[in-house]
Amino acid sequence: MTTRLVEGSEAFAHAMVGAGCRFFAGYPMTPFTEVLEHMASALPPVGGVCMNAESELEAVGMVWGAAAAGARAATGSTGQGLSLMQESIAEAALAGIGFVVLNMARGQGDYFQATRGGGHGDYRTPVLAPSGPAEVGELIADAFDLADRWRNPVLVVGDYYMAHTWVDVDGAEEMLEPRPAPAWTLDGSSGGTGGAKLVSPLGTTKQRDGVGYDLAAHYEHADQQRRNMAEGIAPRAETTDTDDAEVVLVAYGTMARYAESVVSLLRAEGRAVGLVRPITLWPFPEAAVAAAAEGSRIVAVYENNAGQMIDDVKLSVLGAVPVIGLNGYRTDSSAFGISPDVSVEQLTASVRDLLETS
Amino acid sequence: MTERRRPDELAILPSDEVPTDATRVADFTPDLIDVGEHHLCPGCGEPIAIRAVVDAIALLGLADKSVAVFGIGCSTAFSNNLDVEVLQALHGRAPSVATGVARVRPGLAVFTIQGDGDMANEGLQEVLHAAARGENIVCIMLNNGVFGETGGHLTVTTTIGQRTKNTIEGRNAAEHGHPMRIAEMLAQIDGVGYVARGAVNDAGNVARTKRMMVDAFTAQQQGLGLSFVEVLTMCPTGWFVPTDEAPDYLAETIAGTHGVGVLRSALESDSPG
Ligand SMILES: Cc1ncc(C[n+]2csc(CCOP(=O)(O)OP(=O)(O)O)c2C)c(N)n1
Ligand code: SF4
Ligand SMILES: [Mg+2]
Repeated sequence: MTTRLVEGSEAFAHAMVGAGCRFFAGYPMTPFTEVLEHMASALPPVGGVCMNAESELEAVGMVWGAAAAGARAATGSTGQGLSLMQESIAEAALAGIGFVVLNMARGQGDYFQATRGGGHGDYRTPVLAPSGPAEVGELIADAFDLADRWRNPVLVVGDYYMAHTWVDVDGAEEMLEPRPAPAWTLDGSSGGTGGAKLVSPLGTTKQRDGVGYDLAAHYEHADQQRRNMAEGIAPRAETTDTDDAEVVLVAYGTMARYAESVVSLLRAEGRAVGLVRPITLWPFPEAAVAAAAEGSRIVAVYENNAGQMIDDVKLSVLGAVPVIGLNGYRTDSSAFGISPDVSVEQLTASVRDLLETS
Repeated sequence: MTERRRPDELAILPSDEVPTDATRVADFTPDLIDVGEHHLCPGCGEPIAIRAVVDAIALLGLADKSVAVFGIGCSTAFSNNLDVEVLQALHGRAPSVATGVARVRPGLAVFTIQGDGDMANEGLQEVLHAAARGENIVCIMLNNGVFGETGGHLTVTTTIGQRTKNTIEGRNAAEHGHPMRIAEMLAQIDGVGYVARGAVNDAGNVARTKRMMVDAFTAQQQGLGLSFVEVLTMCPTGWFVPTDEAPDYLAETIAGTHGVGVLRSALESDSPG
């Protein structure tokens, strides 16, 4: 087996190319920048295209076009850049154009942006959250499959730690050939046949059908698609030691790795602590969180922000036990999301406190 | 027609009802337009410009090798009415979307149709960047100097003196700033293969605009870089002038600032202009 030591960003790039992604467009912003750099070197050798887009607006526009032309396509950015892309992400859901968006966040302050959608309208985007580079390969492949299956943008949430942690990847991993272009995508060939294809966020009914755009019907259709998608995607979570846990931690992404350490440290002392790690942030693994909360004394949400995922946890627990946040707003002075007080020691102390007092 | 009217004396526009005594004598709908009837205003220049585009595509045999990328404006009424594959883009975003299509399918004739508000207000950077990249696409801007679709508001191309809903006495530089000349701007960018400005206010200009479209797509097919054609189109509704006066209003108020002609061409020989 050929194992290679790579930076987390390269693991993201490697996973995308391996999943058959052949079009990428991006605009530099830490910690997304290195993913873009790796895609710029990884795509041309396999016949793919990486665009140095002149802005995030153009990056997501290019991906809109590439996906509609049949390629597996992806873009990404960090908070601010993703804010700029929201109009296109929201409308791509209406147009039935699927692509992958890497949300390489700083800290976890963009949980709402990812899971609620920062854009307008009644849409949803599936959101996958690896806990580290080792899980990136699998979840990136899943993200492209979901984007194809539901014809909807799909987000994968990473962060500064994940982008810059060096890990072993299996270099012999299967590299998928690009899948054939789906039937709805454009290649020009239906022109002049009397039935040229149309891909549009306004609908696909043409004037020759005697109707033209019918927004009411189209939005109803989109609404149905969204419901089907919500029901069709199995929520995923990883649970550790929750069966008899008195204190249940809930954490995603990098924060979950700190929580894992704390759980194993405290379990070694015989303390009843468990962890639920949501892997799909939308759809949120409500049932897994509710099941873990049952029989516990308290659920504590460990997230690197002022408290965002805690809303979803409360909606899952539905008042069965108290739900608290273990953190206030924290960031470092660089604002790259490396909170100075995120540490195993600090979290262990907080959880000990809960075990004693709650 | 340079007479200015106060808002309370605005012209009443003729209705687009077909007269009851009218009979259809022939159907001149081009093959690549599905339905000849449209719901744009009487006297609108945009359908004429779109016809020039599809005529060029038909003439060059590109009907099954093209993808049109539409912006958002009055011309969006045609995005579901062509027998050419269409990808609808958001307001301002057509050049980047067309770039994505063209990079994935380099053999195709990918083109955008955008209004002046769409291309030059909301998304000006997109066409400039696409031009500088030498993106091998055709970008078409239908320039009426107004946001026709929202009701006739001033755009960056509105000429001095031009009436719009929010410059009803005519644009004046002191209050509303100066118009931008988009074709001139694009003509100086390395990476463009063809730049021209046409108009559809009279038969001569319509014929000339069609030749420009043929040349623009020919340059695209030859891989000469980005082709750009701006077309001055009538918007009697947004200009608040009677329908039949709009072509002259275009010539007198708009074409003086936005001059018709070929500004740059890398083709070995242009169609006689
Ligand atoms: C982001 C965004 N802002 C504003 C609008 C509203 N809007 C729709 S069409 C339009 C102006 C269109 O003007 P132009 O491109 O010149 O086309 P015309 O209607 O004149 O043909 C505007 C502002 C929109 N659709 N999207
Ligand atoms: S408002 Fe102007 S551009 Fe729009 S359809 Fe009417 S005349 Fe044409
Ligand atoms: Mg306009």
